[in-house]
Amino acid sequence: MPALFSMIKGDSKANRIAKWLVSGPPLLFLLVFFVAPSLIMLFTSLRFPGEFGGLAPIAAPAGAVHGEYGLTLETYQFFFSDILYAEIFLKSFAVAAASTLICLIMAYPLALLIARSEKRFRNLMVLLVVLPFASNFLIRIYAWMIILGPESVFSHFINTVLGAFGIAPVTLLFSSFAVLVGMVYVHLPFMVLPLYTNLEKHDPALLDAAQDLGANAWQRFWRVTWPLSLPGVFSGSALVFIPVLGMFAVPDILGGTGDILIGNLIKDQFLGTRDWPFGSTLSIMLTLAVLAITALAAWLARPAAIPEK
Amino acid sequence: MALLEIRNVTRRFGDFTAVDNVSISIEAGEFFTLLGPSGCGKTTLLRMIAGFDLPDAGQILLDGKDMVGTPPEKRPLHTVFQSYALFPHMTVADNIAFPLKMAGTTPAEISSRVREALDDVRLANFGNRFPQELSGGQKQRVAFARGLVNRPRLLLLDEPLGALDAKLREEMQIELINLQKERGVTFVFITHAQNEALALSHRIAVMNQGKVEQLDEPSRIYGFPRNRFVADFIGKISLMNAQVLEAAPSHLKLSVAGLGEVTAPSKENVKVGDTGVLAIRPEQVRISHHAEEVELKNHFIGKVQGFLYVGDVTTYLVELPNGARIEALLPNSAPGRAKFFEAGDPVAVSWRHDAGTFLND
Repeated sequence: MPALFSMIKGDSKANRIAKWLVSGPPLLFLLVFFVAPSLIMLFTSLRFPGEFGGLAPIAAPAGAVHGEYGLTLETYQFFFSDILYAEIFLKSFAVAAASTLICLIMAYPLALLIARSEKRFRNLMVLLVVLPFASNFLIRIYAWMIILGPESVFSHFINTVLGAFGIAPVTLLFSSFAVLVGMVYVHLPFMVLPLYTNLEKHDPALLDAAQDLGANAWQRFWRVTWPLSLPGVFSGSALVFIPVLGMFAVPDILGGTGDILIGNLIKDQFLGTRDWPFGSTLSIMLTLAVLAITALAAWLARPAAIPEK
Repeated sequence: MALLEIRNVTRRFGDFTAVDNVSISIEAGEFFTLLGPSGCGKTTLLRMIAGFDLPDAGQILLDGKDMVGTPPEKRPLHTVFQSYALFPHMTVADNIAFPLKMAGTTPAEISSRVREALDDVRLANFGNRFPQELSGGQKQRVAFARGLVNRPRLLLLDEPLGALDAKLREEMQIELINLQKERGVTFVFITHAQNEALALSHRIAVMNQGKVEQLDEPSRIYGFPRNRFVADFIGKISLMNAQVLEAAPSHLKLSVAGLGEVTAPSKENVKVGDTGVLAIRPEQVRISHHAEEVELKNHFIGKVQGFLYVGDVTTYLVELPNGARIEALLPNSAPGRAKFFEAGDPVAVSWRHDAGTFLND
């Protein structure tokens, strides 16, 4: 790394060329596949939908008697005029927040266990965490359909337990519960990995010092390990929260009719109702919301608040 | 009663005996040093005193109370770690406040004690800094302040000066002596640097391969090493094979092969016929021009083999007729002169009859 830095820092001609060679390709990639599509999306959100999907032309074609052409803010008005969309947004954020929290609670002990294991076992354990990625995402979600289905051993077990307490049997599949299970299952590795990467770097002497200075196990965790792991907690949370917000496959497969999230809504605009401008508007509102949350997280995790080293 | 008593403590790791039946008793107010090469067991012993490790056999008593069942957080002692182990997410003031918070001290008391501790280590204006914004010496002082703020019965110091450069280390040594004197806290200091041990300690235990080789005051450790290991480990010393010819209460007469008779100070448990080495420090050996009249009895002619100039003094390596080499130290009292003799010069080396020590095999 130091060699790379010194190469980039210098200001000679060769260095400037090297700088562009290194940073040019990713920059170009982002321009073509992120900035340009975002601008297209913004532009699309200001257009009228075409009669049979797609977009209406900007200029009225010759001989057109009526119809909507040109640019408009109508989709944005529509978005803010119906409380339904705000509700779906709110519900999506709630699901994302709950998934993130559950992932955090489940991933933290696991990451801690891996980080404190013997070095030679750590890589194997990390491999096991990412192993589910080896099989197709949809297949794994369909597997949950079977696990949560009414005839599964799991469902029978749950209903037997509930029955013992006099509670009527429940259907696990096609519910918000199933959506949450799916979301947590899919995104758990994205929480484990950044947490592990952070926890693994902690200096064990700090825990010795805390214990030596009178801290019991609980105090050592809350006063040393937890605050030092916050950068990992924040990056893991971002890696779970943001994809969950946009996820449509899990609610599609595991959710009921009432479990529509933003992702499903956007997908429906493009593939179902074929209203591209409104779909674009929803996407832009989602992007803005995510940016706002990311900015907040970045501010919370700013270096002055949590110095990492 | 001793403050800390280590009784027949043994600690094994598999086949390796890290600490081998060690007994040490440390008095309150003492600056005690465990000195030895790496792997000699001093760190294992320290970790057992702190409670991070438990002895396989033996006892560690603090104020007469066996510490075996007491976890580190409950022991009335603190440790200054080699890496300082300052909490990077806490300010200097919060670091120092940590042991007080753990002990349940009231907030008002904490803030006054922290201010006092910062003053003591001359860091009054650094309370709001983070450790990573401090220099090595400043971090070191924060670590001392954190270890002492709760007024522990005992402060363990694990090579705390190891990471500092030579000049800073010397400054910190003086600071450490003063801190210890002012607070009256008992220090147990670990180091592999013999000069540090000599400069700081009231008493030193020299350790090797899990055992205590010698436990004594610095001047006696240096002046009267008990065996070859201690002689060799502490300071510079020349060793020559010798046999005892005469063992009088006032002196020893030794025969050094190829050199002849040498007079050495008497020593207990030495009999005629014993073999061993004569150990002599470079500063006890006088070097002079070969033709110069020398009135000392231990007096031999040799040839300068080489020299080491370090500024204030020059050490000359002299080869004696028997092939043995002896080091002689000469202060460079004449300004601008690095040496008084050249390689190959014939010289006379001599030492007093009460200099040097005979060490049995």
